[in-house]
Order: sequence, then structure tokens, then C-alpha cells
Amino acid sequence: MIERTSIKITSDTLNLQDCTNFVDDASCGGVVLFVGTVRNSTKNKTVNLLEFSAYEPMAVKELQKIADKALTLFPIYKIAIHHAVGKLKIGEVPVIIAVSSAHRKAAFEACEFAIDTLKETVPIWKKEYFDDGEIWVNSHP
Amino acid sequence: MTIQLLFFGITADLVGDNSLDYKIDKPISIQKFKEQLVSDYKVLKNINEFVIAVNEEYANDELIIKDGDVVAIIPPVSGG
Repeated sequence: MIERTSIKITSDTLNLQDCTNFVDDASCGGVVLFVGTVRNSTKNKTVNLLEFSAYEPMAVKELQKIADKALTLFPIYKIAIHHAVGKLKIGEVPVIIAVSSAHRKAAFEACEFAIDTLKETVPIWKKEYFDDGEIWVNSHP
Repeated sequence: MTIQLLFFGITADLVGDNSLDYKIDKPISIQKFKEQLVSDYKVLKNINEFVIAVNEEYANDELIIKDGDVVAIIPPVSGG
């Protein structure tokens, strides 16, 4: 059976080409990519770096659920969701989502569904480092 | 009975540990467990709502925690 999902959490640098290669197929009319990058500011405050940590075995399961769900919700061919952990500098890539489909609309929709759901359900946390300290995102009232 | 607690993100910083053994008298609901946990670790009152995962799956308030379960304290996630 063809493996239609690729899930990974890694402390290595994410590889965009690997994600594209995984989903690409002659039956597809396109590949949609979401590449998350570390932004240099939040709420007008300069960010120096981000640190991502994960509850890895559960995060893998939750990413797999998102990929499986995307395959049932949208007429897509394959989906890859790779997420990095550890310290990432400005411009580095914490997340890549790649989706292929025969027709582009399904891939766009599935890609948006995947990143939106990832941000809500997958047990991964980021800490922002500033000149004057550090803070876990979303953690304080 | 002993369960294993796992702490992540802000909760690991607040509690000062990533993992520890925790005694419970008898199987208890997630709801009761959360009350007991916050009473034992008052620092957890200082954060936004947290949720619980048991054996790597999100758990609702009615789920019963049993001996040997791995119970993760999940503060608001922020991946992506």
C-alpha cells in the first residue's frame, strides 16, 4: 500500500525538498507548501530566537491524526507534516506542510486545515527569547 | 497507587521538574485530579487553563485515572 502521510518531529533542520519529493506524483496538478519561519518580532517586541519543545510521542500521534483527517476531508493525494524542535534563529523553519492533489483547491484547503489544527491540538510549545528575558507563548493570562 | 506525571512548557518551569511519580489513593476522575494537582502545586494557578493527556491521548474531565497511567499536564500549545 502507498504511504500517503509523512510525519516527523526532529531536532535536525527541516528539509523542504524531502517534503516536496514525498508528496509529488505524476497524478497531481500541484503541490501546496506551507513553510513556517521564525519572525523577528512579536507584539512590537524584538525576538532573538525561539525554542520549541514537544511531548514527542503524543505530538507525532496528533500530527498523524491531522494528516489522516486531511485525507478524509479533502481530495488530496499525499500530505507531509514536519516540525522542528530545539532552538531556532530568526528566519529558520519550525514547520513545513506539503500537500499534493490533482486539482489545486483541495491542496490549498488541506494545507490551511493542517496548520490551523496543528496550532490548536499538537502538544508543542514555543518559548520566545527577548533581550530582557524569555516567555512561553500563550501561557500567561 | 502511583501514576507518572509529565510536565511541559511553562508547567515544567513552574513545577521545576519534567517527570515525577505521584501517589493517588484510588482511581480518580480527571476533574478531581486537576483540583488535587493545583492544590499540591499552587504555582499552577498562575497560568492559563491546562488540559490533561492520559497515556498520550487528550482526556476529558470524566475519564478515570488508574494505577500506572502516564498523565501529562498540557499547558496551552503554541506549535507552528
